[in-house]
Amino acid sequence: MKNQINRRSSLLRMGATMAGLLTLTVARTAKSAVQNLFVSTTAPKGYDPTKHKWLMCIDDNKCIGCGLCAEACKKENGVPEGPYFRTWIERYIIAKPKRGSGETRGEVIVDSPNGGIPKGGVSAFPEPTLTKDEVEHAFFVPKLCNLCENPPCVQVCPVGATFKAPDGAVLIDPKYCIGCAFCVQACPYGARFLNPVTKTAEKCTLCYHRITRNLKPACVEICPAEARIFGDLNNLKAEDPIQKFYEKNRVQVLKPHLGTEPRVLYAALDKEVR
Amino acid sequence: MINELTNAVVEALPQVQGYVYPNEANVHPVWSVLIVIYPYITGLVAGAFIMASLVRVFNVKALAPVYRLSMLTALAFLLCATLPLLCHLGHPERNYEVMMTPHMTSPMAIFGFVYAWYLMAVLLLELWFDFRQDFVKWSKTTPGFQGLIYRVLTLGVTDVSEKSVRLDMKMEWILSIIGIPSAFLLHGYVGFIFGSIKANPWWGNVLMPIMFILSAIVSGIALCVFNYIVLIWIRRKTVDMRCLDAMAMFLFYALLVDAVIEGLDVFHRGFAAEEGFSVLQTMIREKLFYTLNIGQVGIGTLLPLLMLGSLQVLRQRVPEAIRRTMIFFSGAMILFGVLMMRWNVVMGGQFFSKSFRGVMSYKTEFAGQEGWLLAAVIMCLPPIILTVLVKLFLSESKELQPCEHLLEKSSKA
Repeated sequence: MKNQINRRSSLLRMGATMAGLLTLTVARTAKSAVQNLFVSTTAPKGYDPTKHKWLMCIDDNKCIGCGLCAEACKKENGVPEGPYFRTWIERYIIAKPKRGSGETRGEVIVDSPNGGIPKGGVSAFPEPTLTKDEVEHAFFVPKLCNLCENPPCVQVCPVGATFKAPDGAVLIDPKYCIGCAFCVQACPYGARFLNPVTKTAEKCTLCYHRITRNLKPACVEICPAEARIFGDLNNLKAEDPIQKFYEKNRVQVLKPHLGTEPRVLYAALDKEVR
Repeated sequence: MINELTNAVVEALPQVQGYVYPNEANVHPVWSVLIVIYPYITGLVAGAFIMASLVRVFNVKALAPVYRLSMLTALAFLLCATLPLLCHLGHPERNYEVMMTPHMTSPMAIFGFVYAWYLMAVLLLELWFDFRQDFVKWSKTTPGFQGLIYRVLTLGVTDVSEKSVRLDMKMEWILSIIGIPSAFLLHGYVGFIFGSIKANPWWGNVLMPIMFILSAIVSGIALCVFNYIVLIWIRRKTVDMRCLDAMAMFLFYALLVDAVIEGLDVFHRGFAAEEGFSVLQTMIREKLFYTLNIGQVGIGTLLPLLMLGSLQVLRQRVPEAIRRTMIFFSGAMILFGVLMMRWNVVMGGQFFSKSFRGVMSYKTEFAGQEGWLLAAVIMCLPPIILTVLVKLFLSESKELQPCEHLLEKSSKA
């Protein structure tokens, strides 16, 4: 009889340990929920994210593919050299269809050498292989984090290191990221990468350290063609560029079928752009 | 200087064909060999456990001789299941955050809990109930340190009265029943980690968890077949052909169902031919030609199906020695094929750009954090642990068939 109790108590002890561990987890989760309210970002102290709603619009008719935005971004955010980009420029060259082929379009050639960042003052994009007569359309498309309303990257992060701020920015807490790269896989737009130095995930933050101090993101600031339009939907001024952009254009988002509801809106996008 | 040189070499390699997003044009894949062996090991655990459950829950008497071996196999592999994940992290020292502050919508976060549940609540408990009365017996007969281990493992419960043993068996049965859905959950979840990624047409698929479970069952049974024959061979005993034939039968049917479901997946993809289908075709025809068509389908599925299938039809006419060899090689080929399947899933999903305009090639490093060497070392760990476990709990003097009470129970039933 004594042994019966013995077994029961052994099991009870094991069960209690498990329960203890679980309680610890619940407690830590609750703590992290509270911590989330005071999450560490690069914003200054007085900044209230609930009073803003940031938006990025791209007028694709205007982009000249100079790549200054991608360069400015790398410098501003200390992004390492190599295939790591928070924003980049893609070039699309769509050839005319061959006569009699019955196709609406010819070959589509896309490239983005070094993210479109110019080298020594010379454009990154090489001379196209097609002659002017063979080209039907040629245009540039700036790409960045699409600031999804339903971000798949946030959904899959196992520790909640990446999150959607109330002001619409999708941010990463580098002190919390475990570097599993699940978010890199989940982003449909290829906007994320693992920083080889910090070993954490990284992406466009809309230059959060700037926009929270009433400055524009570096890429918007430097764009000579005003192709990138940035603003705060909650604090629209009269004659706001965002307002004008809306009135003038019908807009489109990238990969709308995935249901991510991006907040980066494009005007004059082509169907080949993904 | 060296840096410049390597850069030059890397740039010269034809890494990328077509257009890939600049962030994707990396020398190394984001998820590499370590993430290939992670679902492989987890699958072997789930499969070996389900194979053991055939004895316990479905009362398949013929398999009783391998019950304990398959349970210990599951344990040995489960102990190493999280290692590849851990080694792959950019910040392994923060791994506890996955358990401490899990993000409830993430497939990876919940895996930690499923894993802990499976290890603590199912596998260890069931093994303990199964071995307890033997621990009591061995702790009395074995001297020295080994005896001490047995004594500690009894956890102080030394009652071996009939009533107590009956309680053990009842608990084992309950745990097995909880264990089957848990094993499905464990590996279904691993499938969900890939199946949930809608951005990637190679992965984002509702059939993914099901394919993972089925291939896990197949690989688990194959591993038990492999281990059983190897163990018998090392000990120079005779194979219990009734047991081996039964394993071969279950292996055949599991493989058949698995092959059909995976075929259905390919058929569905081809029929629906959604966005990005052309790049998936490139994968099958070029990038994964050897590992998919030859490794997974040819060596891993068709050949074993043929061999095991012919054994089902002609069992009585094939001499024992040939039958044994055929089953052994089928098991080995299936083990290889399922490893190829994991490779095809994990690497296949990273060989093309999410712009669907290009494909990448990678150099997988040999040494280093995500290299072959580390993967090989991790793959060697479970067999080493299993050897120790077998030495401790299935040693020759204790016979390979220690489930006497199990046989008694089934004969009574």
